Amino acid sequence: MTYTQMILVLLNGFKVTVWVTLISTVMGGIFSFAFGIGKMSRFWPVRIISDGYIEIFRGTSLLVQLFWLFYALPLLGVSLSPMSAGIWALSLNIGAYGAEVVRGAILAVDTGQYEAAKALNFTPSRTLWKVLIPQAVVEMMPPFGNLVVQNMKDSALVSLITLSDLTFKAQTIRNETLQTVPIYVITLLLYFLLALVLTGIMKWLERILTTASGREGVR
Amino acid sequence: MKQKPIARFEKVLKKFGDNVVLNEFDFEVYPGEKVVLMGPSGSGKTTVLRILMTLEDIQDGVVYIEEELLWHEQKHGKRVAASNAHLRKMRKKVGMVFQLFNLFPNMSVLRNITEAPIHVLKIPRKEAIKRAEDLLEMVGMTAQKNMHPAQLSGGQQQRVAIARALAMRPKIILFDEPTSALDPEMVGSVLDVMRKLADEHDLTMLVVTHEMGFAQDVADRVCMFDHGRIIEAGTPQEIFTTPKEERTRQFLNSVINREDTVTAPTVQPDRDK
Amino acid sequence: MLFNIPWNLSSNWTFAWSILPILLIGLEVTIKATIFGFLLALILGLPLALLRAVPFRIISWPTAVLIEFIRDTPLLVQVYFVYYVLPDYGLIFSAFLTGTIALGIQYSAYTAEVYRAGLEAIPQGQWEAAKALSLQTRRIYRDIVIPQAIPRIVPAMGNYLISIIKDTPILSAVTVLEVLNVAKIIGDRTFRYLIPLSMVGGLFLILTVISSVLVRYIERRLPKEGIPLK
Repeated sequence: MTYTQMILVLLNGFKVTVWVTLISTVMGGIFSFAFGIGKMSRFWPVRIISDGYIEIFRGTSLLVQLFWLFYALPLLGVSLSPMSAGIWALSLNIGAYGAEVVRGAILAVDTGQYEAAKALNFTPSRTLWKVLIPQAVVEMMPPFGNLVVQNMKDSALVSLITLSDLTFKAQTIRNETLQTVPIYVITLLLYFLLALVLTGIMKWLERILTTASGREGVR
Repeated sequence: MKQKPIARFEKVLKKFGDNVVLNEFDFEVYPGEKVVLMGPSGSGKTTVLRILMTLEDIQDGVVYIEEELLWHEQKHGKRVAASNAHLRKMRKKVGMVFQLFNLFPNMSVLRNITEAPIHVLKIPRKEAIKRAEDLLEMVGMTAQKNMHPAQLSGGQQQRVAIARALAMRPKIILFDEPTSALDPEMVGSVLDVMRKLADEHDLTMLVVTHEMGFAQDVADRVCMFDHGRIIEAGTPQEIFTTPKEERTRQFLNSVINREDTVTAPTVQPDRDK
Repeated sequence: MLFNIPWNLSSNWTFAWSILPILLIGLEVTIKATIFGFLLALILGLPLALLRAVPFRIISWPTAVLIEFIRDTPLLVQVYFVYYVLPDYGLIFSAFLTGTIALGIQYSAYTAEVYRAGLEAIPQGQWEAAKALSLQTRRIYRDIVIPQAIPRIVPAMGNYLISIIKDTPILSAVTVLEVLNVAKIIGDRTFRYLIPLSMVGGLFLILTVISSVLVRYIERRLPKEGIPLK
């Protein structure tokens, strides 16, 4: 197999990796906010559910969660395609870590902000969405950046439930050609490249949000 | 002043864990009155403001605002702890200016002032903006209305915070050490705004401050706190020139000696209010 | 039947009870892989951290890139790489050892950063004071820097230990019979995935909870100011 052919096959898998990473990251972001805020809710059932979700998905292994969704869930009557099982497992897993980031950042906002909002009689939800979150989001960005790269790395596990992502393609052509070293070097480089791009995007988002949150100092 | 008090504390108990801050605390403020609360740190004066703003609850006793219970409600003839709805209703009567300003850094100066009138009081946007612009003019911050708090000096931020509190048209406005976090050269501009406010409005003002010059000019009554009690109260003249209590004297001396920036009380004929 | 232990399919409860000893054999492998992987990461991270801190950019910069590269690429691919590439160069290890090496390599990139952050957190004044007393470099490290760095390093290392526990199932991809792989094989043979996979989830939960309690305990016991010297 020539290097060009090799790269073309790997790029096919790379597309799946990018796709799975992006969707599960966005869904994971939604879970992060939903359950991170849920854990601080005034209603105890919401708190318990959020806390249970966070503990279970942080306390067990992603691959166990993935296998559970793919192999065990059909026995309860829900069959997921490799693609949806992969995306659900990745996003639920990363969402549990993200939820702790969201909660931590909101709790870290200066209590004076909370008191000022109360003195102005804001409703709790207005306080949360217009005062606390816009400020907390800046604090969330660096850990979120790490989680996005973590999620991208984790996406390689979907190859183990037969989804033909980059890792899966690498395995396939290795079995056919036995050109192990070039195949894995290219594969690792592609992952590294994706990580650098994702990190860059997160840094850029962080800069935009810093400006929007009014953190810029005196001119 | 023989009116009914606008705010009244009756036998209030406030503890933080085992630390009793206020015990059997009684206190009254009358409509339009300007009261300055003084005393060493930890003496309970800030706690009085924070209880009125509903930032701290009380363990015993009652607090009234305009003859209505603040921390309690009557339900089926029984006195029960206030619901959130009741607290929200009562909070509309009170505004607060904080030591560290607590402006929202993610909003422009104008939006800091209009946000609550629009979304809490449900005032039409146009009217809220007009109200905010008038207030910004009063505090001398018109030019900065589109800036963000981080671009302003401490004194400027505090003037915006005063406008923000006033935009809610409270009956009582609370100032919690409004100048103690400011650089000395900024203090004057904030005190000027507060003086103007005292002169031009019949708003009830409760001010925790060590600025004796300000108290001399503005206060109808100075209350001296120590260990959760008001040990002495009277006109600024009485308290500053002929204090009865030894501890008041000690405190005043320590304030004068500690802060060169404090404008020493200029003895003026007491303005009749 | 697995590891010569049969399962009992008569009811869900008997099934669960009969496969527990099989799963525990797998769990033992999981724990061993965790411990060896963690120790390897602790060892490998140190030279990486030191090379990263060398004042010559010719050395420190490529080390930084290497650390970033290891951190930013999937453990699974690194496991495959070690598993398939090393034998090409005549280095033939067992699947278990291969997986453990890959774990150690992946996490050395993290431990290197922990060492670095731990050393950088020592206030500049401590170095200056030590130099002012003309202590030898070796002594500065042994008596001043390292005792103060340890309380800062241990909690972060503890968190990576817990991460490693959760990453060990990846070794199943190269045939290591750790607990998840064992459960999967039981599922493949009985077509009852739900019970073994859920039990594995429970076992991981127990394992991570125990380890976090242990890590927090050690963290609390450590003197904040540094390890006291006699």
